[in-house]
Amino acid sequence: MKVSNLSPIGLARLLGQEGLNLRIGPFTIRLHSCIRKVAENIRLLYAHYPIQNNSAFVDFHISLAQPKNLRRWVRPQVLFLFDGLSPFRPLPLDQAFSLFEWGLNWCVAKWANQHLIVHAAVVERGGYAVIMAAPPGTGKSTLCAGLVAHGWRLLSDELALISLEKGRLTPIPRPVSLKNHSIDVMRNFSSTITIGPETVDTAKGVVAYMKAPDESIERADERARLAWIVCPKYLKGVPSQLERRSKSQTFLHIVKNAFNYNLHGLKGFRTVASLVDTCHCYDFTYSSLDEAVRLFDKLEPPQDLAK
Amino acid sequence: MITAHNLLLTALRSPESMISFKLAEWDLLVRQARHADLLARVCVLLEEEGLLDMVPREARNHLESELMVAKAHGRVVRWEGYQIQKTLEHLKIPVILLKGAAYVLGDLPPGRGRLFHDVDILVPRNDLDAIEEALLRNGWMLNHLDQYDQRYYRQWMHQLPPLRHIKRKTVLDVHHTILPKTAQFSPDPLKLISDSQPLNGQGCLKILSATDMVLHSATHLFHEGEFHYGLRDLVDLDRLLGHFGRDNDFWSQLLARADELDLSRPLYYALRYTRAILGTAVPEQIDLNALKRRPRGLAPTLMDFLFYRVLLPDHPSCKMTYTRIARWFLYVRGHALRMPLYLLIPHLIRKSIKRRKDA
Repeated sequence: MKVSNLSPIGLARLLGQEGLNLRIGPFTIRLHSCIRKVAENIRLLYAHYPIQNNSAFVDFHISLAQPKNLRRWVRPQVLFLFDGLSPFRPLPLDQAFSLFEWGLNWCVAKWANQHLIVHAAVVERGGYAVIMAAPPGTGKSTLCAGLVAHGWRLLSDELALISLEKGRLTPIPRPVSLKNHSIDVMRNFSSTITIGPETVDTAKGVVAYMKAPDESIERADERARLAWIVCPKYLKGVPSQLERRSKSQTFLHIVKNAFNYNLHGLKGFRTVASLVDTCHCYDFTYSSLDEAVRLFDKLEPPQDLAK
Repeated sequence: MITAHNLLLTALRSPESMISFKLAEWDLLVRQARHADLLARVCVLLEEEGLLDMVPREARNHLESELMVAKAHGRVVRWEGYQIQKTLEHLKIPVILLKGAAYVLGDLPPGRGRLFHDVDILVPRNDLDAIEEALLRNGWMLNHLDQYDQRYYRQWMHQLPPLRHIKRKTVLDVHHTILPKTAQFSPDPLKLISDSQPLNGQGCLKILSATDMVLHSATHLFHEGEFHYGLRDLVDLDRLLGHFGRDNDFWSQLLARADELDLSRPLYYALRYTRAILGTAVPEQIDLNALKRRPRGLAPTLMDFLFYRVLLPDHPSCKMTYTRIARWFLYVRGHALRMPLYLLIPHLIRKSIKRRKDA
């Protein structure tokens, strides 16, 4: 059973009453909300996700609710509740769906430390994955969206979940968040993608979400092997260029972008070190998404990884 | 008192019972434990009993994830201990680690699977200025407090204003006694300091003696106004009593010391509620009514009403009628125990105005 099998009314009723059990990557999320915008976005962007009926164990009990005070009527707000606790300040009601996405990122980053978690986009093709770790504003999500629209499998646009045993990547495919200018860039880039409604005036400007491809969602149980680590940077007017980056620099870059490296001690160090050792590491500057995607298609995996 | 839904108490009282939990019960247990800050502790209990392999994968992920956090906290606390020792060693004074830091550096059972928000130390009052100076010179800073807060701490409280290390961001509370100067009971801190025990290979760092550690933990819990981590602190007490209580002489020493330090009221509560809520093995022959400062008249009934509510996991599934009122009542009590009303009322008004301004 998928979200798309439900009627709009059925979905809204489920969200408003017992909660919708979504299977997203390795997690089961129970989502409660009576907010219309949440239901609409879920219906559009999570259409292909499996629903787990009567799931006995839920990883994250999430609810998006309006505060029970005056703000229900005057400039209405929305609260993110994680099993009744509200870790964030309320946001304007308009931003309810973005708050769900941000809040879910927080849940995973804080409560799923069985993985080494890096703030990075991950896509895969032909059995080999590329991790793109970079601070916000470097065009990481846009590049990720472009690659995914071009046939790469989406593992995540925000959270690289790295196993500490073999350094494999666990997919958590979710809608890709696009900000400001990149929303139009993606609209022009591909006509086959679906982009949800825009939310204006968020902390990050205008935000809209691109639906994850059905195939990425269907293959969410398939872990991937890492072949390339790329630090992307969008620079106006430069040609696309991949440049080898030193292993030690790359190591530090991964650690700097990790949420929970400090928790894993020696195991974390060894995991990152062995990934950096076996992968090709690059700095990547680009200004044209078309060019960037073509260049990524030509990436060769490291030879000793081919086994 | 323990409802069928209170899986966390069942788990804490008898860890082996978790093995028969169904998946839906694991779901609720993980949520209750997370709200009570006891998720990692539950994982440690399962590990100690050799039962972790039998926990369903879904729940085990959450338990192990939090144990990882607790282990990292443990490493940080050990490192802080080392840094404090290095900074204060030259002063040649005893520095006594309190609560969590003492459990971790003293390798005591409550230290395993515990989360930390700060490190607490107790030092002789006469050396306070030298200590503050040494700390400020080595990277600790006074947390951003306004003048009122600074004065409030220095004039009335039992500790310096909290210090935060500029690089490591850790918070250090430097106490010179264990209760505010204005409190009803005033145990002599020098008695605690002179009975403290050295930590192996840790220079000036010490921990309280067994009896004093229990008494301090009890005082801290039952004099507090906020019980968000009440159950967590009660579990600490349970683990301490279980550990030290194996020595038969411990119990009579504990009662005598409580009377000597004027702390038999908090001890009364500690033994009463660890026994009632966590099933702690307090020997039958221990007669709580022999304690000098035990509550009398209607007080025990009222306190039962309050503590049986606030010491339960702070999760919606464990709420009883009047839980909110009980929390509010104990908040006011916590403050009233700290200072007389003529000081308390202006202070609370000031705080609430400030909170409104900040919001």
